[in-house]
This record gives sequence, C-alpha cells and structure tokens, in this order.
Amino acid sequence: MSDTVKNPAPAVAESAAPIPAVDPRLLVREEGLKGYLTEFQRKVRGGELGSIPVILGLIAIGVIFQSLDGSFLSADSLSNISIYVAGQGIMAVGIVFVLLLGEIDLSVGSVAGVGAAVWAVLSVSHGMSDGLAVLIAIAAGAAIGALHGFFFAKIGVPAFVVTLAGFLGWSGLQIWLMGGEGSINTPGGSLVEQLTNYYFEDIAAAYGLAIAATAAYLGSMLLDGRRRRAAGLLGRPVSEIALRTGLVGVLALVAAYELNQSRGLPLALVIFLAVLVLADFVVRRTTYGRQIFAVGGNAEAARRAGINVDKVRITVFVIAGTLAVVGGLFIASLSGGATKSLGAGNTLMNVIAAAVIGGTSLFGGRGKIWSALLGMLVIQSIQQGLNLLNMASEIQYMIIGAVLLAAVVIDSVSRRTQKSAGRT
Amino acid sequence: MSAAPVLALRGVSKRFGAVQALTDVDLEIHPGEVVALVGDNGAGKSTLVKTIAGVHPIDEGVIEWEGRQVTIDRPHDAQELGVATVYQDLALCDNLDVVANLFLGRELRRASVIDEVAMEKRARELLDTLSIRIPSVRIPIASLSGGQRQVVAIARALIGEPKVVILDEPTAALGVEQTAQVLDLVERLRERGLGVILISHNMADVKAVADRVAVLRLGRNNGVFPVKDTSHEDIIAAITGATDNAVTRRQARTAEAQQ
Repeated sequence: MSDTVKNPAPAVAESAAPIPAVDPRLLVREEGLKGYLTEFQRKVRGGELGSIPVILGLIAIGVIFQSLDGSFLSADSLSNISIYVAGQGIMAVGIVFVLLLGEIDLSVGSVAGVGAAVWAVLSVSHGMSDGLAVLIAIAAGAAIGALHGFFFAKIGVPAFVVTLAGFLGWSGLQIWLMGGEGSINTPGGSLVEQLTNYYFEDIAAAYGLAIAATAAYLGSMLLDGRRRRAAGLLGRPVSEIALRTGLVGVLALVAAYELNQSRGLPLALVIFLAVLVLADFVVRRTTYGRQIFAVGGNAEAARRAGINVDKVRITVFVIAGTLAVVGGLFIASLSGGATKSLGAGNTLMNVIAAAVIGGTSLFGGRGKIWSALLGMLVIQSIQQGLNLLNMASEIQYMIIGAVLLAAVVIDSVSRRTQKSAGRT
Repeated sequence: MSAAPVLALRGVSKRFGAVQALTDVDLEIHPGEVVALVGDNGAGKSTLVKTIAGVHPIDEGVIEWEGRQVTIDRPHDAQELGVATVYQDLALCDNLDVVANLFLGRELRRASVIDEVAMEKRARELLDTLSIRIPSVRIPIASLSGGQRQVVAIARALIGEPKVVILDEPTAALGVEQTAQVLDLVERLRERGLGVILISHNMADVKAVADRVAVLRLGRNNGVFPVKDTSHEDIIAAITGATDNAVTRRQARTAEAQQ
C-alpha cells in the first residue's frame, strides 16, 4: 500500500541494489603490519593520542635527568622509583574510577591519613593483631567512601563539595586519632612495615613474573583473536600481536633485570601491579565497568537502560576510599610510620595529577586504569630526578605543576582535534 | 492485517491534578502495522505513549495485551510485555561504541565477563537484517551523524525482541536523506511483524509509512483514518478540530491569489 506514496526517486531504486558489505565511505583497514601503521597514523592525525604523550614524556625525562646526573637510570634509582610509585599509584587507581564517572574525590589524601592512623592506633597503641588492624583500616576507608557516595548520589550534593568537606573533616579525625603522639612508628617485621621493605631477592622471581605476564598477555590476545575469527569478525593481525608482545616482553624483562641488579623484585610493585590488572579487568571486561563508563558518559541514558545509577556512584566512591587507605598504608610503610600529616600536602594533587597526566579525562567516561601507573611514573621520576639534583621542594612543586598543566593542555587540544575529526 | 490486536487501549483516561490529559481514549495496534499518532501540541500524544510505556499509570480504562487485560505500572512492566520505546532524545552514551550502546543494560556475558565477540556478532547481524549501514560497530556514538544515531537507537530497542515499538518523533531534526533512512527502517519493522506507534508532526512522513492515522484532540480520540483513502486536509481538519482553520484559510487564500 505504501507504494503509492513512496517516493520513486532514483536514489531509492539504487539502494535496492545489492548493498556492499562495507560502507564505501569507511576507510577499511588493511590487513597486516602496514594496515596497523596507517591506522596508527590516522589516529594520531585525528587527535587520538592515547598514551603517546606520556611515553614520549617519560623518555624525555629519562634522557634529561640521565644527562644531568648519571645515577638517574641506575638500578638502585629505578628500584626506588618502583617502590615510591606504589602507594600514591594505588590511590590514583581509585581516582581513575571516580574520574571515569565524571566526578572528583578531593578527600583521598585525608582518607589515606585516617586509614594509616586507624591501623597504627589499633595495632601499635592497642596491641591488636596486625592483620586485623589492617582489615579494620581498609573497612574504615570503604565506609568513608560509602558515606561520600551516599551524600553525592542520594542527597544530591556535588561530589566536589562532599569530598572537600571530607578533606577537612577526615584530616581532623586523623589528628584526633593520633592524639598526643605526633607519630607512631611501624614496628619492624609488621605487615605494614613489610609492604615496602620486602623484596623477592631470588632473581627467578622478577624474571618469572616478567615472562608469565608477557605470556598471559600473548595468550589472551591469541585466544581473543581465535574466538573473533571463529565468529567471522576481524581480529588483530598477527603482526600487531607480535609487535605488542615484543614491546611488553622487552619492557618487562628490562625492568626485571634492573630490579635484580638492585635488591630484587619489590613486594610493593607486585601488589601495585596486581591492583592495576584487577582494576583494569573490572573496568573493561565486566558489566559493572561498562556501567561506570555509561554513567560517566550519559547518566540519564544509563538510568533509562535500567542501570542503578546511585549504586554505581556509591560503589565507585567506596572503591576510591578503600584504595585510598591501601595507598595510605604503603605511604606509612615508606615513611616509617603514621603521622598527623600523612597524606596531607601534595599527596592529593599528585594522585589526581597522575590520573590526568596518564590520560584519563577530567570530564568523565574516557580513560584507562593504566593511566594511574603512567602518570605516577612521570611524577615520581621527576621528583626522583630533582632529588638527585638536590633541587629544593618549592622548585619541584612548580615543575610538577607545569607538567600537570601541560598534560591537561594536551588533553584539551587533542579533544579539539578529535572533535574536528569527528571522534570523541 | 491480522485480526487480533497485539495492544489495545479501551476507554483510557488520565488526570494530572486538575488537568484531564486523556479522556476515554481507544487505540488498537496490530502486528505488522504502523499506526501514526498525530495531534497538536498538548493533544495528549506524549501522555498516551507514556501510559503505554509505563511512565504514567492510567487512571481509568483497560489495556489489553494480545487479548488479555494487563496492568502497566512501571517502565519495567512494559518492557516485560514487549513494548520498546525510542524517546526523542535517544538516550545513547556518546563515549561508548555502537555495540556497547546496543547492549547497554543487558550485556551478553560469558562466565560473568562481558562477551564482546558474541555481542559484536549479534550487533552486526541485527544491523544487517535491518539494512542499517554505519561505518563500524566499534566507533563511538559521538562520531555518528544524527540519522545514524536515530537508527542505532531504534536498533537498540529491537535487541530485547519487542512486539510493539514506540517511536517518538524519529525524523525530527533529520535531513532529507536521513529521514528516508529512518522511514525505510520503520517499514522494515513492519515487515518483521512488529506493531509500530509513530508519533510525528510531519504529515509527509505519516503518509509515507503509516497504515492508519489515529488523531488525538484535546485528550480525546478524534478519528482513526486509513492512510490510503484519507487526504492530507482531512487529517489536518481532524487535528485542528474544524474544517475552518488556519491551514484551510491559508489554502483558500493562496488558491484565490492564483486565480
């Protein structure tokens, strides 16, 4: 019946002809390494820089500081960096979760301080068993996060304000908990003391982890490729898999070699990597992670798709609070104890800067868990380098500030390029 | 057209405080039929659609689904029955790719991990059967055109295999080519045996794809017309409630001027 009203224009008649499988306007990716390279080139021109600026930045930092002070790239120096990134890096993972939601958590520094204080008071002052005190401290972090999430999601107070109040309030609680004592030292051999002081000295440990990680990376890519081809979908070309595996493998083995030259594989690094892998899995491969991206991209669309937006928001703040305390325990371990000022100062800024420098957008819905590692490496390498040069801390602040600004400028400029290239 | 309607509203009324939004409205949707719902602003189109979608429960009247009486109190009830609604503002996540948007809220899982491969495969199959052409199912929604987004939003409504699809002004703000794409898609929905409720202000679109036109005026039924034997003017007259209205007066004026 609709024939009478259907527009019999020639364009309609043409579309009845067999439709090509692929839209002719689409730039079809060639198979093989060449296709990978042209795709890469196109992405860079379109403004999808990904991790390239950070990696170039890390290389530049390495070259500059090595030329200024020959010990910067020494095994001991690199080993130190790997320990120092762990605490704030774990906190930065929590911040990445919050940023993906399009929100901010300004309280993580104070929450880290409260966590360390709870652990120290319970374990050292009250003689509670070490493990139990650690668990209670972590639970306190989760509870604090839940409280922030509740005020944000259910009451509707902007996260910025809730966590700013938390920033002040929790640091007050931290000082109150510490009471008359300025600091409580970590007892030797305690769980928290071991966090950053234990090394797997057997050289097999570092190499084993490097090889296992590379093999797992290769295996997951091959498995995924096989499933995709079985389903008739385009998989990663073999050359790309080889290139990626090669890069990861070389990096992992060089890192393992350097660590073995020093004191061996640090426990802190192992835990940090485990947190990264787990968080990355949650964010990219689970329904919950997909929900975080959806809420960060368009909360109303997420709600209409049946996602419990409030639950996602509250749980993300719980994750941030929990990881803040875990990070706080690492910082306590590194600095030899809990203090009234642990987590104060530039901890908060470093953590947020790390996530942003690593490439996670401040505007929600875009980012990677691994940006916590990359950004933290940038910040910690600069600090380490400046320390080696005996640079005063005020200069360090200014340089880190400039790096943060540069990272956000790159983010904004690449976003503009992406808009004009029709991508987000 | 099959005999039994898949969805029937009988004597439906809805009040908001002192406002009687719908009074004694009847509407029948058959499988494989496109019913255009037209009416002026404030005629009750959106309210009627929202009662079907479960956003506003009805005050009086009966909703029948495949011949039996049902109650739709929540959006979830409507989805359970098999009513899918595509709202005007589309509700897509710009930062997620096409596959993720199609399956948002009902991801396919394999051992509690998102099964990207199965989702991508099904997304392609669905888009192919609807002859939807988009550059890639793995690009973010933000890089699609307005028409492509509309088409993705409609395709997304089909993932849950509904029996009735409600389209709220699907061609508003679309260009000529893109409007044609969306109308093609509406016809394909009909070919698949779905009942389609199409809200539109655009009479050309209504005449192009609808089988019947249901007119609402001031919250009441004001006639249901088979599209093929109804003129444009008759529908306008039903919408505005009179043969003497701004549209006919203007036509008379231009006709006089031409003479």
